[in-house]
Amino acid sequence: MDPKVVNDWRLRGQRYRLEGELCDHCGEAIFPPRDICPKCHEPAKTPQTLSGRGEVYTFSTIYSAPEGFEAYTPYTVALVKLEEGPIVTAQLTDVPPAEVQIGMPVEMVTRRLRTHGEEGTIVYGYKFRPASFWHASTQA
Amino acid sequence: MSSQHLMQPERAVGIIGYGSYIPMYRLSSTEVARVWSGGGRGPIKEKAVAGLDEDTVTIAMEAARNAVARAEIQADALRAIWVGSESPPYAVKPASTLVAEALGATPYLLAADFEFACKAGSEALQAALGLVGSRMGDYAMAIGADTAQGRPGDDLEYTASSGGSAFVVGPADLAVATLLGSLSYATDTPDFWRRAYQHYPRHGGRFTGEPAYFHHTQSAASRLMEELGMDPDDFEFAIFHQPNVKFPSRAARRLGFTAEQIDTGLLSNLIGNTYAGASLTGLSAVLDVAKPGDRILLVSFGSGAGSDAFVWEVTERITSRQDKAPRVTDYIRRRTEIDYALYVRYRGKLKT
Ligand SMILES: [Zn+2]
Repeated sequence: MDPKVVNDWRLRGQRYRLEGELCDHCGEAIFPPRDICPKCHEPAKTPQTLSGRGEVYTFSTIYSAPEGFEAYTPYTVALVKLEEGPIVTAQLTDVPPAEVQIGMPVEMVTRRLRTHGEEGTIVYGYKFRPASFWHASTQA
Repeated sequence: MSSQHLMQPERAVGIIGYGSYIPMYRLSSTEVARVWSGGGRGPIKEKAVAGLDEDTVTIAMEAARNAVARAEIQADALRAIWVGSESPPYAVKPASTLVAEALGATPYLLAADFEFACKAGSEALQAALGLVGSRMGDYAMAIGADTAQGRPGDDLEYTASSGGSAFVVGPADLAVATLLGSLSYATDTPDFWRRAYQHYPRHGGRFTGEPAYFHHTQSAASRLMEELGMDPDDFEFAIFHQPNVKFPSRAARRLGFTAEQIDTGLLSNLIGNTYAGASLTGLSAVLDVAKPGDRILLVSFGSGAGSDAFVWEVTERITSRQDKAPRVTDYIRRRTEIDYALYVRYRGKLKT
């Protein structure tokens, strides 16, 4: 089996739906999952899917992309501070680089990240897009 | 006439959650006409185009998440996820398992992809109604989604678009819209096809109208209304498969529906023909604004050919669910116009 395929398969929970962990000792939300709480260093293995809501913490625009991502340039990579606390690195989508701002509210979407060539698998994973185009019910 | 064609499950069922997704890019008909016929207007205003990182799976995932949010259930309570599409990204490897994994619905469920041109999604919906109606499971999801492509320069280039909708089917006592009855009508009619390994479909020109679209949609709709003892007057809304604006408008008029009854669910002028997503997204747009007691007729059409027809009655639960996810109009308003050159890049049309 192609090691890339195996690795993608292992990561599907975190990539498709932001599945992280919850520390049962101190309550810290952990993403990506690492089985040890970064805050209190106790074992943390309870799966918890994060909401996907957050804001842009910082960002940079990529004009010269690594192999497999050339088709998407220019695109923006951001550190997104999730509402539960963790900061994740992710590509922004559905937004021109010039419109990205620090503090911009974003939400997680699952998109194509890359393909392993014409005949290989398609890799899906989280990206973030501006969350401002609709508003959830306040009585939710 | 005896009620022998009407389908009604033993357990009363309905839609308990629904949701859609439409990509943000728009290609206008005038832009297609500029490139291919030196100007003029096309059959619709504009169509929705998927971005570089989107495909039928990503469209289905977002529509499915919206449907689960409105259903107010845990995704792992779904006993089936069925995706109807003519443009799955893999020829072999289901789209449905990817959607199931994204929702956190794995592993105890049925997952399969349905195929029947533009009625693949409504076919999945019929199957979901049957699964819940027979008590094999309490919840099942049906999705219709496509990233449809026409051959460059073909008439389909004006309308073939991207989008989709998802429905969570459940017991009627939890429904936002209960099923009063459904009916399906299918024959072997070669109006549109795509052979294996071919990138673009072929169609039978004028053959696509009377013997295909109109015969199947009108037959399914009129027989279902007859067997339920209902008339066009009994409905607030009617939705027909919408490959353009002309066909559904004409079918509705012939059946006795008014423009007011079909306007809310007729989206093709603004988003194009989303194939398996088309009539289902029309239903989603209607549910976005429907009121308790409203009755809705939904009629799909798939080339090859067949129609599924459904009659729904909206319940009081609808009001508290409409704002739990983006409405169809939120996605329609979120729009960025692109030109033909960018369209060619986004849809991979430089590949041969
Ligand atoms: Zn901890």
